[in-house]
Amino acid sequence: MTQIELATSNGTRMAETSDDAALAIRGMTVSYGQKPAVFSVDMTVPVGSMTAIIGPNGAGKSTLLKAALGVIKPLAGTATVFGQPVADARARIAYVPQRASVDWDFPTRVIDVVLMGLYRELGLLGRLRGAHKAKAMECLERVGMQDFATRQIGQLSGGQQQRVFLARALAQDADLYLLDEPFAGVDAATEKAIIDVLQSLRADGKTVVAVHHDLSTVPDYFDRVFLINTTRIAEGTVEDAFTPQTLQEAYGGRLATGQLGQTALGA
Amino acid sequence: MLWHALTLQLGYNATLVTLGAMLLGIAAGVTGTFLFLRKRALVSDAISHATLPGVGIAFIIMVALGGDGRSLIGLMLGSAASAWLGLLCIGFLTRRTRLAEDAAIGAVLSVFFGIGIVFLTFIQTMSEGRQAGLEGFLLGSTAGMLYSDAVIIAVGGALVLAAVIAFRRPLSAVAFDPEFAASSGLNVPRLDLIMMGLVMAITVVGLKIVGLILIVALLIIPPVTARFWSERVTGVLWVAGIVGGVAGYVGATLSAVAPALPTGPVIVLVLFVMFALSLLFAPARGALAAVLKHLSFQRRVHIRQGLLALAQGQPIYEKLTLRLLQRSGLARADGVATTDGKARAAKALRDETRWQMARSREEFALAATFYDGLTEIETVLTGDQIGELDRLIGAPMGVPA
Repeated sequence: MTQIELATSNGTRMAETSDDAALAIRGMTVSYGQKPAVFSVDMTVPVGSMTAIIGPNGAGKSTLLKAALGVIKPLAGTATVFGQPVADARARIAYVPQRASVDWDFPTRVIDVVLMGLYRELGLLGRLRGAHKAKAMECLERVGMQDFATRQIGQLSGGQQQRVFLARALAQDADLYLLDEPFAGVDAATEKAIIDVLQSLRADGKTVVAVHHDLSTVPDYFDRVFLINTTRIAEGTVEDAFTPQTLQEAYGGRLATGQLGQTALGA
Repeated sequence: MLWHALTLQLGYNATLVTLGAMLLGIAAGVTGTFLFLRKRALVSDAISHATLPGVGIAFIIMVALGGDGRSLIGLMLGSAASAWLGLLCIGFLTRRTRLAEDAAIGAVLSVFFGIGIVFLTFIQTMSEGRQAGLEGFLLGSTAGMLYSDAVIIAVGGALVLAAVIAFRRPLSAVAFDPEFAASSGLNVPRLDLIMMGLVMAITVVGLKIVGLILIVALLIIPPVTARFWSERVTGVLWVAGIVGGVAGYVGATLSAVAPALPTGPVIVLVLFVMFALSLLFAPARGALAAVLKHLSFQRRVHIRQGLLALAQGQPIYEKLTLRLLQRSGLARADGVATTDGKARAAKALRDETRWQMARSREEFALAATFYDGLTEIETVLTGDQIGELDRLIGAPMGVPA
């Protein structure tokens, strides 16, 4: 019942915005077992924006991204990308999963990982050509990893792994970039390299959405925020939606009030 | 006799069986690579054990229809059907109940195998049909193999091999990063199903030669062996194919020479020898290489620490450090540095000071990630950058340069 009501209450806004939105999520509910990790969430990401998805641990940030991408099957809800169903818009989406989600002892070299970003383009029987390798090298250069192209991925540091993942997403040549915790556990140099790349993407008119955990950098890195704690708490520009009130609501008692005030004042 | 067998001079039939076994080995090694990379090795054990009831039922049906029950195609179809049922059971138990996959595999494997043994025992008491040789499906046998059987095995192996090669890219993408693969539009459950289907095909095709108890070895040991030799999926695929092919070839020839010997165990022994040699002697990932690498690393650490101590006039207490310094001609027995040692010590100290400066400055943050206490700074930074570091070191600390 609740869900139908929510869907209708958003109906008007949906008509206005979802067609020209880079990413529009409507009524998304995802559940592991009986407890929803994400409940009836709407999200609208304008084209050319840079959005941080923030919220406490276990708030459903990554789950929301994965459900929008169809990596996990939602219980209810839809996601459209540039007005099309996600399944029809794959070529316009690039995804950077969490670094810890793969086995880094996998027998593959850095450049092979980046080439995986081109597999969709290649199809089942297409041949890998020099042009593909040149493109992969160019993507590695953009993240400062060109010297590591032939290294086995197991030899990389955490920050280097993250940059290789970003290079693979760049190879996908997309219009919408979805990143899951790209700054988690990386060194300062990597953080700088990644944010530079993301900002250059936005300068080219691309749309960036990143799950983010470091509240202190939100105002510097992003222009929009999406606060989630199972349900949507707030959404909008950093000035409007990144306030002590919304943060208090999203994080509850888990954030010291001093920290809240400081972060929002910084904004 | 053995030489004749190895050089394929034992007659047309034996040669064909050997080639069939070799092709099966190549296909199994290549298919098994994806199973290994996807970390689903155990499932293949369940698949192979789940074929046994199918073998029994197929035999009984064929006899009931008036045949002698020995048609390899018929037995293969039966085993494929019951293996598929076993896979479905594992999938159901894992998804619909709280059982973990390993428990589901254990349960399905043993129950299906038990049922299969009951069927085989019952078949032994039947008066119709030619049940002799049916137990060859347990441990594998090439004795009494027909020309048509060898052709079926060779063609089946070749078809599976072609399919795996066609799907190599999506299969490795799913094995490395299933979430990314799904996000880029690959149907991960369907690709997993394709992989399981190919593994099942290999199992069914290989039943006669390797036997269902040991076919898992032909799928898993080749990629595990190959992993010692290559850091790339393509390399692992090639080596696994070769290892599997050699095992199939040698296994079939030995079994041609000694027909009483079941083929499965012979193939596993050949595989084990290749695995053991790789484990010990592989250049990058082998056990011997690991020991040597560790010793050389330990030596470099001790010498570096010793040099830094010498440069700062500190006494060296550790005996190993002293011994290594002496052996390299850097210090005398009483711990006093030689001329060479003094020069190297001064260089080490300068290197360390530069590193410390580089690690404290933001503009060198990327280079600083290469610091491990051993790497010479010249291998990471250019002359200009080192000049900049020296300038910073020269400037009084805490004062903006």
